[in-house]
Amino acid sequence: MGKPSTRMKKFWRGGELFVWMTASGVAISLLMVAGMLVLIMINGLGQFWPRALQQVTLNTQETVIGQLVSEETIPHSMTIESQTGQRRFRYRVGNRDQFGSEYRWINEAEIASMTFPEDLTFVERREWGPAYGRISLAAEGAAATPAGESALETTWETALRLVAQANQLRQRIEHLEREEIGSINYRIEKARLARQALVLKGGLDPAIAEADRRLVDEIVVLDREYRSKSEALEQLHKEASRDALLLTLSTGRSVRLSLDQIIAVSRPNAMNWLEKLEAYVRNLWLFVSSEPREANTEGGIFPAIFGTVLMVFLMTMAVMPFGVMAAVYLREYAKQGPLVRLVRIAVNNLAGVPSIVFGVFGLAFFVYALGGSIDQILFPEALPNPTFGTGGILWASLTLALLTVPVVIVATEEGLSAVPRDFREGSVGLGATKFETIRHVILPCALPGILTGLILAMARAAGEVAPLMLTGVVKLAPALPLDEYLPFLHLERKFMHLGFHIYDVGFQSPNVEAAKPMVYMTTLILILVVVLLNLTAVMLRNRLRKRFATSAV
Amino acid sequence: MEVRSDRMTAMAPMVSLRPPVSPSRLVSPSRTIESPVQAKISVRDLDFYYGHRQALFHVGLTVRSHSVTAFIGPSGCGKSTLLRCLNRMNDLVEGARAVGRVELDGVDIYEAAIDVTDLRKRVGMVFQKSNPFPKSIYDNVAYGPRLHGTKDRRSLDELVQHSLQGAGLWEEVKDRLQHSAVGLSGGQQQRLCIARALAVQPEVILMDEPCSALDPIATGKIEELIYRLKETYTVVIVTHNMQQAARVSDQCGFFLMGELVEFGDTKTIFTTPRDKRTEDYITGRFG
Repeated sequence: MGKPSTRMKKFWRGGELFVWMTASGVAISLLMVAGMLVLIMINGLGQFWPRALQQVTLNTQETVIGQLVSEETIPHSMTIESQTGQRRFRYRVGNRDQFGSEYRWINEAEIASMTFPEDLTFVERREWGPAYGRISLAAEGAAATPAGESALETTWETALRLVAQANQLRQRIEHLEREEIGSINYRIEKARLARQALVLKGGLDPAIAEADRRLVDEIVVLDREYRSKSEALEQLHKEASRDALLLTLSTGRSVRLSLDQIIAVSRPNAMNWLEKLEAYVRNLWLFVSSEPREANTEGGIFPAIFGTVLMVFLMTMAVMPFGVMAAVYLREYAKQGPLVRLVRIAVNNLAGVPSIVFGVFGLAFFVYALGGSIDQILFPEALPNPTFGTGGILWASLTLALLTVPVVIVATEEGLSAVPRDFREGSVGLGATKFETIRHVILPCALPGILTGLILAMARAAGEVAPLMLTGVVKLAPALPLDEYLPFLHLERKFMHLGFHIYDVGFQSPNVEAAKPMVYMTTLILILVVVLLNLTAVMLRNRLRKRFATSAV
Repeated sequence: MEVRSDRMTAMAPMVSLRPPVSPSRLVSPSRTIESPVQAKISVRDLDFYYGHRQALFHVGLTVRSHSVTAFIGPSGCGKSTLLRCLNRMNDLVEGARAVGRVELDGVDIYEAAIDVTDLRKRVGMVFQKSNPFPKSIYDNVAYGPRLHGTKDRRSLDELVQHSLQGAGLWEEVKDRLQHSAVGLSGGQQQRLCIARALAVQPEVILMDEPCSALDPIATGKIEELIYRLKETYTVVIVTHNMQQAARVSDQCGFFLMGELVEFGDTKTIFTTPRDKRTEDYITGRFG
């Protein structure tokens, strides 16, 4: 052992401290990522588990039925009598239409007793959030099932059957609305636009007049069809609302719940573990596969997932050729000098421009200038309703393509410059032109680098929200941008996006508390979508890397 | 014998004014020992610049058809530069400039009318570091022919086999033509590069230190190959290895500081060099 000073000197020179510092940097980053994921997952994934329904009797003999959401020590409640402070519980009591508020704080001291009766029922409704209570009567039209201790099980079974029936009916209604009436509406609109186009063509040409008359006839026929369909729809609606459940609330009052308002009924207290798991998976699946309800605070987020993926896909199609070509010119053809350096600096700086600036540009250039002109030239019959002259998935994708093009250029340039000089010389030495060399040797070898650019671009584009708000994202899109009507892909349509959905549900919804788990869940899905998109690209890149490995010797 | 004569040097500036000299006239009977062999490449009074730096000074020599010509000399003496002038690979270097004449079969390859890709098809090249493309063995060899328009599968197959046989690699790789060329050993890769060069059916093959990265056994194989290649092709090789030059070449040129010090029959240069500097270099007394 040397003297302490020597040892200290050795310690400093050895860089032990430096190693610890660098390692702690990595550790902190990992901790933050893991912590964020865990937080989001706990808050988001928990909501689909069927939680137990409690019946709480207060000291005032009032009963409350609800799900325990959280508990805490009442702030500033520490007194001499209670050293640790008083606790209070937060219950989701539902029945927003009856109670006004969906949540309720109850102090521990007020509670007389807590029970978990098996007949407590959770009713998922199309409006007004969930309802909690006991089903006292399952009424099928006029014929009522008598309620009572002995008939309890039958009531429940009848309720389940009625709800299943109602759901089938609702599917039929939806089919009628979406597919049949939607298709008639689509055809009527097309005929209307065709007539408008004829008007624009103008003149008293007999041929045009004839065509117009035919269109009018077509519209009349379609209109008749429409009327008969909507009568059928009316009938179905009546049938759906004929039956009802009678729900006894915690206050003792009974409310009539029309069956067309009910999505599902369940008794979480009577469920065993396996049934709960099944319900959990079903809820999760419904969340990712169905459409939102109730101002996005309930239901699923499928349109948002679809919109996000489609938009990223379109953005990729736009940015890849553009960025790669620009990089090839900059790296392979342009004479390296101050001008090219300047261009490169400009491109790099473009990556640092705030995204909202791109949004404003997209709105001004793509939507108003380009879209407006397209409408004037190609869709004059629809004016003054804009077709492309308003925000849409195409303009949003192009705006994001502009936003991400610097990333692609920089990564591609790096990929190109990493291709060994030997390959170029080898190819040129065999009599290849520069173009042939680039096409057959350099670009294939640079593909992994190009894909790196793609990955970075996708990650950035999938997470952008601000520019989208100006160029085509909406809170609720009436239709997906992809459907069965020609030309299938409707680039002019507005779309939903997970990032915007988070903002909308979290901060713009009327029922912020109830939407909180939705926000976390949507966030989780957004992360998943980005990770999945990236993983696909990474896997592709690794396969290419293996194929174009420059040397194994 | 030394081809670069006073007469030729003096003539050079005028040469560019005259129409291309016919191949037969290039071989001046009085100056050449093995007169039946005709000149394939003639370099006349070539100056070469990288930007402002001059790399070659008044170089003149004649490469005989169907022979192996070696360029030797210390690093940075300009021998690789000269080699790369012979198929205009130096065009790729920014700021590079050649003044003088390089004639292939009597035609100046630095003329404006010359198609460079066509020239490189006629004058193939093998590099110091083996550089097979990251493609399959087959695709590597077929790369050149495909570029030059051979699309037919059968003739491509034949050409690939023929080229690989020519490079002495066929027996080793015939069962794995579709495997990546990157998996081959260093020596095999270099022979693959030779096969790749042969596949475009060149007239001249330039080799830039083809064995410098190889072990002695692989080197031996390449040397044998070079010896065989000269029956069909004209070979020009740059090498650091004096023994190699002595073993494989018919003619030899010694370069120093961008100047061609001595050029002539290999046997003569290695036994009775005329220049003191050549003798010093060959005997190892020099740099």
